[in-house]
Amino acid sequence: MRVHLTVNGERRQADDVWEGESLLYLLRERLGLPGSKNACEQGECGSCSVYLDGEVVCACLVAAGQAVGREVVTVEGLADGADLHPVQQAFLDAGAVQCGFCTPGLLVTVHDLLARDAAPEDAEIREALAGNLCRCTGYEKILDAVRDAAGRLA
Amino acid sequence: MEFLAPGSWPDALAARAENPGAVPIAGGTDVMVDLNFDRHRPDALIDLTRVGELREWSVAEDGTVRLGAGVSFARVMSELSALAPGLAMASRTVGSPQIRVRGTVGGNLGSASPAGDAHPVLLAVGAAVEVESAARGPRAIPVSEFFTGVKTSALEPDELISAVLLPAATGPQQFAKVGTRNAMVIAVTSFGLALHPEQGRVGAAIGSAAPTPLSAVDAQDYAAGELVDLWSSRGELPGGVAARFGELVAAAARPIDDVRGTAAYRRHALSVLARRTLTWAWDEYRRAA
Repeated sequence: MRVHLTVNGERRQADDVWEGESLLYLLRERLGLPGSKNACEQGECGSCSVYLDGEVVCACLVAAGQAVGREVVTVEGLADGADLHPVQQAFLDAGAVQCGFCTPGLLVTVHDLLARDAAPEDAEIREALAGNLCRCTGYEKILDAVRDAAGRLA
Repeated sequence: MEFLAPGSWPDALAARAENPGAVPIAGGTDVMVDLNFDRHRPDALIDLTRVGELREWSVAEDGTVRLGAGVSFARVMSELSALAPGLAMASRTVGSPQIRVRGTVGGNLGSASPAGDAHPVLLAVGAAVEVESAARGPRAIPVSEFFTGVKTSALEPDELISAVLLPAATGPQQFAKVGTRNAMVIAVTSFGLALHPEQGRVGAAIGSAAPTPLSAVDAQDYAAGELVDLWSSRGELPGGVAARFGELVAAAARPIDDVRGTAAYRRHALSVLARRTLTWAWDEYRRAA
């Protein structure tokens, strides 16, 4: 089937999409956007977190056809050209990146958290990030980065 | 495979009737996992996310909340915590924020997992599942008759779930769940409780400790009997009542040993959850005086 949707502000189209395909596969394999990571394919890890019509979802659990006509923003859409978003810069500066696999999903999730709550308490940060796994166990630096990003955005 | 995207409820019912091998998909949190892992290749998917009617909820004059099958757990948490506090509490324990924003109460019922987080509370409050087919129209199935086995339900092949009907809360409600961490947990066991002061009744139901979600009937009857003179006085819960209630809940379970826990652990955990939640709910009822 043919699907068309808006990704990072651009209208995109893909042909010969399998009807049972996920939005994640569509983004990575057909639209050339490999930032969203494919790990668990069952919504456990959050590595594929993207915005779908303004809400953060696991792209692996959205059927490609469900995204037709919708607006998707991926990690590739967070920076403004060469200028990293403050959340991205905060992750870099805090060293909140080890292997980096969970990072795109965390960036999208933190971007959403700070858009809704400019100064979250630690408990709220932990709750907001409960669906994003980091298996390098780098959570302390990640929390540092979120607090730093909140400061930069204030 | 076909991808069907009806834009209205009548179109969705027609698609369901014409495609008996199709699988309905809403939040996708169960259906997409089966597809991603190649466990299931249905003839078609019927996408219900464009059916606006399913995302609405309303309250009737008699206090019945009609919760559209497509209302997400995130919305239950933010919009229904006063009318359906137990269901809101259970919704907070579903998956992660990413799962709760997609997953729906209707989808939870459609999957009919014995571990479904919405189910114990729906049993405890005496909810009904509203289903509909193009050929026979709508009908309401009491939740107590909805689950027929592990991941099977009374839903006919040409029917879709349209809504859940539940009475607006008239007393404190509770939900408790045991798992290895706070987020992303499939219940090892879970328990839902609802006090119905105006009826002198206590609803109590078990999740993930039997082939289907299950009401703990003896425990309900015991609690109602012990509380019969206390509803109006809002007196203290007599010593030993909560513990005995917990024992009766544990006795109602029919658990198995599996990867998430042993049968013995599930029974023990249920007795603790039931004792605690009855105590919490009764304390809340007393404070509300």
